[in-house]
Amino acid sequence: METVLQLWTSLPVVIQIVIKIVAIMLPLMILVAYYTYAERRVIGAMQVRNGPNRVGFFGLRLWGLGQPIADAVKLMFKEIVIPTGANKLLFLIAPMLSIGPALAAWAVFPFDAGIVLADINAGLLYILAMTSLGVYGVIIAGWASNSKYAFLGSIRSAAQIVSYEIAMGFALVGVLVAAGSLNLGDIVTAQEGSVVHWFWLPLLPLFLVYFISGVAETNRAPFDVAEGESEIVAGFHVEYSGMTFAVFFLAEYANMILISALSALMFLGGWLSPFPKEWVDGVFLLDDGFHWLLLKTFFFMFLFLWFRATFPRYRYDQIMRLGWKVFIPITIVWIVVVAGMRVTDMPWWFN
Amino acid sequence: MNAITNYVRSLFLFELFKGLSVTGTYFFKRKFTLQYPEEKAPVSPRFRGLHALRRYPNGEERCIACKLCEAVCPALAITIEAEPRDDGSRRTTRYDIDLFKCIYCGFCEESCPVDSIVETRVYEYHFENRGEQIMTKQMLLEIGDKYEQQLAADRAAQADVR
Repeated sequence: METVLQLWTSLPVVIQIVIKIVAIMLPLMILVAYYTYAERRVIGAMQVRNGPNRVGFFGLRLWGLGQPIADAVKLMFKEIVIPTGANKLLFLIAPMLSIGPALAAWAVFPFDAGIVLADINAGLLYILAMTSLGVYGVIIAGWASNSKYAFLGSIRSAAQIVSYEIAMGFALVGVLVAAGSLNLGDIVTAQEGSVVHWFWLPLLPLFLVYFISGVAETNRAPFDVAEGESEIVAGFHVEYSGMTFAVFFLAEYANMILISALSALMFLGGWLSPFPKEWVDGVFLLDDGFHWLLLKTFFFMFLFLWFRATFPRYRYDQIMRLGWKVFIPITIVWIVVVAGMRVTDMPWWFN
Repeated sequence: MNAITNYVRSLFLFELFKGLSVTGTYFFKRKFTLQYPEEKAPVSPRFRGLHALRRYPNGEERCIACKLCEAVCPALAITIEAEPRDDGSRRTTRYDIDLFKCIYCGFCEESCPVDSIVETRVYEYHFENRGEQIMTKQMLLEIGDKYEQQLAADRAAQADVR
């Protein structure tokens, strides 16, 4: 243990950071790959069928666990077609622009007490900035493709993301008021206690608005008008193939995982155990820990799939109505309520 | 009053939760999928698959080259040429079925007065080269020999309705 620690501190800081980044990225990428597999299995199950269950390893089936690997390899070997009228530079930059922010946001994400790549005090602001940047990838992809379907898709997605950004921002303002800090680690520690102390209860409307806005923000069903295959083929990524398409796909799923993890962090107490501290202090697996965060994140990730299997796509004007005329008023009202609770030091949550 | 209840219902996502509960219960239901190569769906004795020419139990081919099947075939998939055999009986010298033309209607089987041309239960076959889709008399007879037991049983099962 001693020598390992010595070896670690002897490394240059840059190398240390790179190792930390890899330690976050690698499991995340594997999670993304298997999230696509989980999506097909879960939606399959909800439609009373099996989903992919044949591709395995070494001649074993293993419930189709080899499927994401096979898909990735297939996409890697496919040709990247660049349309003649496309702006080549922007066309190729767009997928990177959409995955970059999705991965960069993890820099300030605390996985457990004190385990965070960059423990900055403006963490929440940074997260908000990063999740908003993702829209540029979509807009540029739609424009650079020089295709009317792609362009329509990107315009839809731009308007939608901008609208929901506001509701999402207001929901986070509620969290910020309740926690009294922009640091994600402090937001979690502010929720200490048990299930009923987490922010989901005092901030219930904001919690719902945040998660639904998150679904809209990631362009997932039922808010996936940017892809809307029944109307505009595949929206912003019609012209993309092979690895460029795969990167968009990766970005979408990475964003879904990010939104799930953030919801768990800000409303379900992150790595905190749902049981009161006195009961489970030091008890293996019941005490606070990373596994609780993982469990909560998986719950939200499952919700994403569940929604997709259940709800039909919103009409475009209904999406706008929901964002502007329902969510924003609700969040504004509840911010005032939260502020009131905070100022009066309401017992149980804010004393 | 109605407007207010509607408003409250939509605000509390009542209908959405109802929808989620439906898909939620289906998530745990038994799946109907047939794992095809390992599991197969039951096949009816009337199934119309790959064709075959049958023989009598003594080994004599049934077909008497009456050309009724050729005449009835709506897709003109059957080509027959016939000549008297050395023993004087009328037999085909050529009996070709083009499986690309065939629509598997079963008219040939119905029209046959001696139950010679039949359609088997075989539905798993493929061609890898051009020309392989033409089933010659020899091939059809071989298929008939291979599945004779099944064919006879199927015909016996359907005897009262044929």
